[in-house]
Amino acid sequence: MFNLGGYGPHILAGTVTTVELSLLSLLVSFILGLIGASAKLSKNRAARGIATVYTTLIRGIPDLVLMLLIFYSLQIWINDFTDWLNNLQNSIDFEVQLDPFTSGVITLGFIYGAYFTETFRGAFLAVPKGQMEAARAFGMRPFLVFRRILFPQMMRYALPGLGNNWQVILKATALVSIIGLSDVVFAAQQAGEATLETFFYLCIAGAVYLVLTIISNGVLLYLERKYMIGVRQAVL
Amino acid sequence: MIYILQNYWRALLYSDGYHMTGIAMTLWLLVVSCAIGFCIALPLAIARNSKNPLIWGPVWLYGFIFRGTPLYVQLLLIYTGVYGLHFVRETPFLADFFRSAINCTLLSFALNTGAYTTEIFYGAIRDTSFGEVDAGRAYGMSRFTLYRRIIIPSALRRALPMYSNEVILMLHATTLAFTATVPDILKVTNDAYVATYAPFDAFGLAAVIYLCISFTLIFMFRRAERHFLAHLAS
Repeated sequence: MFNLGGYGPHILAGTVTTVELSLLSLLVSFILGLIGASAKLSKNRAARGIATVYTTLIRGIPDLVLMLLIFYSLQIWINDFTDWLNNLQNSIDFEVQLDPFTSGVITLGFIYGAYFTETFRGAFLAVPKGQMEAARAFGMRPFLVFRRILFPQMMRYALPGLGNNWQVILKATALVSIIGLSDVVFAAQQAGEATLETFFYLCIAGAVYLVLTIISNGVLLYLERKYMIGVRQAVL
Repeated sequence: MIYILQNYWRALLYSDGYHMTGIAMTLWLLVVSCAIGFCIALPLAIARNSKNPLIWGPVWLYGFIFRGTPLYVQLLLIYTGVYGLHFVRETPFLADFFRSAINCTLLSFALNTGAYTTEIFYGAIRDTSFGEVDAGRAYGMSRFTLYRRIIIPSALRRALPMYSNEVILMLHATTLAFTATVPDILKVTNDAYVATYAPFDAFGLAAVIYLCISFTLIFMFRRAERHFLAHLAS
């Protein structure tokens, strides 16, 4: 039933690539977002400035432009860097080749890190000040404060924004087929060109995205319930 | 960089000598798709607020499908998929329409932004304060007048911040047009990249142009918000 004219496994492999790419980009942008939000809220003026420039620039430029910019420039920069290292020390001769998957993850993570920064900044600000003061009064170190107090409470406020960003990342992964990564859209296009039934196969690709959206909606609902534990709500 | 600017400035700004290209093309795509999207969204948002599931159901489904799939897939589907269908190629009118890249691009953009805008307006209409509606009813307004005079003006004002976001996102989405061979800014800079093999110069130039357009739009929407939302200012 899932043979799809012989292209079922091909499309399945593409779907797996899409999911892997989205999850890894989510991880990268999540970490970048935490760092960026901390930088934006820090007292250090330089850190604040860099984070502000990062979020303003990235959010003002279309993701496809950034993707092409970073994807094509990254390899050149890395080559320049390794050349410079090789010149510095003639004995070592090494080079780094970026495959499309890695550069896709780096690019998407870098772009959506800016959106996560804004989400986390709002969520950090929403945690009551007294909580932080109490934690410090208990003698917790900054990292422990973050892990035990700030992060669990912040997540509740961040979740709706995170869910939105995740959906955007999931859909943005469709763009990587433009830079030559064989994700589900790419697989559907190939199948369509080979069988001349482009419409059918692209509908399949769209359906894959819809199913992924439904699944992630379910997961988000579960997470929202989990982080709402202990919060008293008005009974209507 | 200077080479690119000298050779491509005209194509980047408005024309390559044959067609409208570059910034003019991007703005044209943005304005037309947002205008059509707006016209689709307003009636659909009212329908989405209806109590009858037969009315709000299809609108919800439209929103779910177009917001749940990537715009790139929708564009590919309309640009390459639809023309492959047999009955479309047989019907002269449809064949003419779907053969043109810009028609397909505009159609998919308008349907996509229409889905998002519907959701924005739907939320704004739903959150209209009950007092305003009660006051309108107390004046004896008919349903149509109530919508025309009270609900829609108030909802559109409150939707403005969200709507401005959507327009900026739509500007970013117009870059996809280059995959359908529509000569927008990204297509011109991509040509420059292919000719010079200087990705940072070429795409960096595109990035700067898009940044300027984004900031101009944000500035204009700020002005509009200050004007239309003056009564909400604290």
